[in-house]
Amino acid sequence: MNRREWMVGAFAWQHPHGANTATKLEYFSTEQAAEVDALCAQIIPSSDGTPGAREAGAVYFIDRALAGWDRDKRDLYRTGLAETQTLRRRLFPDSVSISALPAEQAIALLQAIENSPFFELLRTHTVLGFVGPPSRGGNRDHKGWALIQVEDRMSFEPPFGFYDAER
Amino acid sequence: MPNVDFVVIGSGAAGGVMAKELAEAGFRVVVLEQGPYLKEKDFTHDEVHYVRHQGLTNDQKVQPVLFRRNDGETAQPWKAIAYGRQVGGGTVHFAANYWRFHESDFHEHSTFGDVPGSSFTDWPITYADLEPFYAKAERDIGVSGLAGANPFEAPRSGPYPLPPMPVKSSGVLFDRGAKKLGLHPFPAPVAILSQPYQGRGACTHCGWCQWFGCEMRAKSSTLATVIPQAVKTGRCEVRANAYVRRIQTDKTGRVTGVVYFDAKRKEVFLKAKGVVLCANGVESPRLLLLSKSNRFPNGLANSSGLVGRNLMWDNSHGVQALFEHPLHDYKSIRVTRVLHDFYRADAKRGFYGGGAMDARFGSFPAAFALNGLPAGTPRWGLEYKKALAEYFPRTMMVVGHSTSLPVENNRVDLDPQAKDAWGLPAVRITFDFHPDDQKTARWLWDKQIAILEAAGARRIWGEYNDKPGLSAHLMGTCRMGTDPQRSVVNTWSRAHDVPNLWVVDGSNFVTSARQQPTATIQALAYRAAAGIVEASRRGEL
Repeated sequence: MNRREWMVGAFAWQHPHGANTATKLEYFSTEQAAEVDALCAQIIPSSDGTPGAREAGAVYFIDRALAGWDRDKRDLYRTGLAETQTLRRRLFPDSVSISALPAEQAIALLQAIENSPFFELLRTHTVLGFVGPPSRGGNRDHKGWALIQVEDRMSFEPPFGFYDAER
Repeated sequence: MPNVDFVVIGSGAAGGVMAKELAEAGFRVVVLEQGPYLKEKDFTHDEVHYVRHQGLTNDQKVQPVLFRRNDGETAQPWKAIAYGRQVGGGTVHFAANYWRFHESDFHEHSTFGDVPGSSFTDWPITYADLEPFYAKAERDIGVSGLAGANPFEAPRSGPYPLPPMPVKSSGVLFDRGAKKLGLHPFPAPVAILSQPYQGRGACTHCGWCQWFGCEMRAKSSTLATVIPQAVKTGRCEVRANAYVRRIQTDKTGRVTGVVYFDAKRKEVFLKAKGVVLCANGVESPRLLLLSKSNRFPNGLANSSGLVGRNLMWDNSHGVQALFEHPLHDYKSIRVTRVLHDFYRADAKRGFYGGGAMDARFGSFPAAFALNGLPAGTPRWGLEYKKALAEYFPRTMMVVGHSTSLPVENNRVDLDPQAKDAWGLPAVRITFDFHPDDQKTARWLWDKQIAILEAAGARRIWGEYNDKPGLSAHLMGTCRMGTDPQRSVVNTWSRAHDVPNLWVVDGSNFVTSARQQPTATIQALAYRAAAGIVEASRRGEL
């Protein structure tokens, strides 16, 4: 299976916990989602076995945002993605898509756009899709919160942290 | 409800108290709240809605606020202020810091003297006048704290009704640093239940506290406390989604009732014997200015010309610090330790002002991940991810809260062009800090850093900025005083110009103390209500 097939397969994957986790795209096409997902995956990469934005489903958060509360930001995605693709073709003439770029080329592409308003929005959305509320499609299985040691509970007992415990 | 005695406009810190006190005294009361009537089941832990979109506050899309720093600028749309916009108002989402003023706050001008460029003056009441009402507020709504723990606190007639909340790691570290420097940190007084109280359960430390509504009813909002008590009397009706556009007066200059838009934006006139305006330090003066008439050409209750003036602002600045071990400070309430050592103004410093501090959880996960890391940290990629994993669990914040001097030109008025979604003139704010406010905040900032250093922080960061930021403390715009030419309301929060109109909220404040205005707003409300009951007994209404 090549990478592209894997990505398409990944988007069709049904999440076991259903209710609070988006499994269908509402705004992006599968192809668009794969391209955005490839950028998210370098903004917060997976590393040493810890999940990144891809594993946390950040792209589903972005999809839900653009279908809903951030629909006024669609134009910036449209033009930003188009410009990023143009830049990709210029930097890597043999490439076919962002999602097909090797990691170091995807990183170089992000570095080339990192001062743009599109990158700023994409970064914001990726971060929100990583450690934001799981109810909005991202932070799947609390993977973002696991990285920062946040537990999703209605109730905690003291001690809460190291210093109140050692007191 | 036929024959309404009082319409209370606003259901927040003051409006909720007024509703309960007046209804329990036998008056028939209708509370008009512009926002919705949310219940505990409506609240969730969605950081995007509650924090990023500040979903429990005023919505810039329907009620634009325009802001400028001085009269030379054209005001631009900017959400400069945040106030609660639902039944319970700001008490639904506030951090629940609940500080009494010090005795000195009421007569600070007499001891310090004039401050050029300000309208600094004494309050017309003393701490002793307000003490019984602070005590009643704490008992009525449920406040946790430890009397006597703050060596600088004003005399208290009794203890807090509930013991303090458990200290978090941020509080322990703050204690450690402050005590090393010979200072006197103490358990934060908060309007949150440390134990079950009056049928409500104790806080379960879920952590989603400030900016969120409490689904456990452990935060002592007016939504969870005095409003249900008011409704229980059978003499109080709460009308949500009721947006008041005008307070109506007759030829004799008395208030006859109010005109509001209902949820379908239909205009409704509600007749009442008296009106109690508790819409907050920005919306209250705005409504008075919107209620001008032939008899009151400059706005209702505005013969002094001071309605909307002397606006005071939240003057707060946060410093963050990284420690060796995880604090997990996202758990439980926001603030567990406070310090008042730097409260007093001292002319020897060369400027007026004083401050207080608290030790707190800094930012919720997404806000921290977006903006919380030290400047210069990679903003994406592997190094960003590593920094996030290391910093979020180990970071805390110390916030300095300092004075905002009253300046007459700092004000709320009506924007000449912009309109809200109902077609009414939008709020225009003209505000900048007095130079002494900036000097005080900067002076306090260094002391915040010193405490964190003494606590053993591995790294300390923050960006000091002396421009006004978002303010949730809206004070001073309908000043209390004895001289009708120099103030808007009398010592019982009753309008000098209109015998059956009361304005009760942060707008009454003569000075800003050291921020955290809610306890004093509620004490003023209890006192204003007692004044109404007494005036009624004397047949003066």
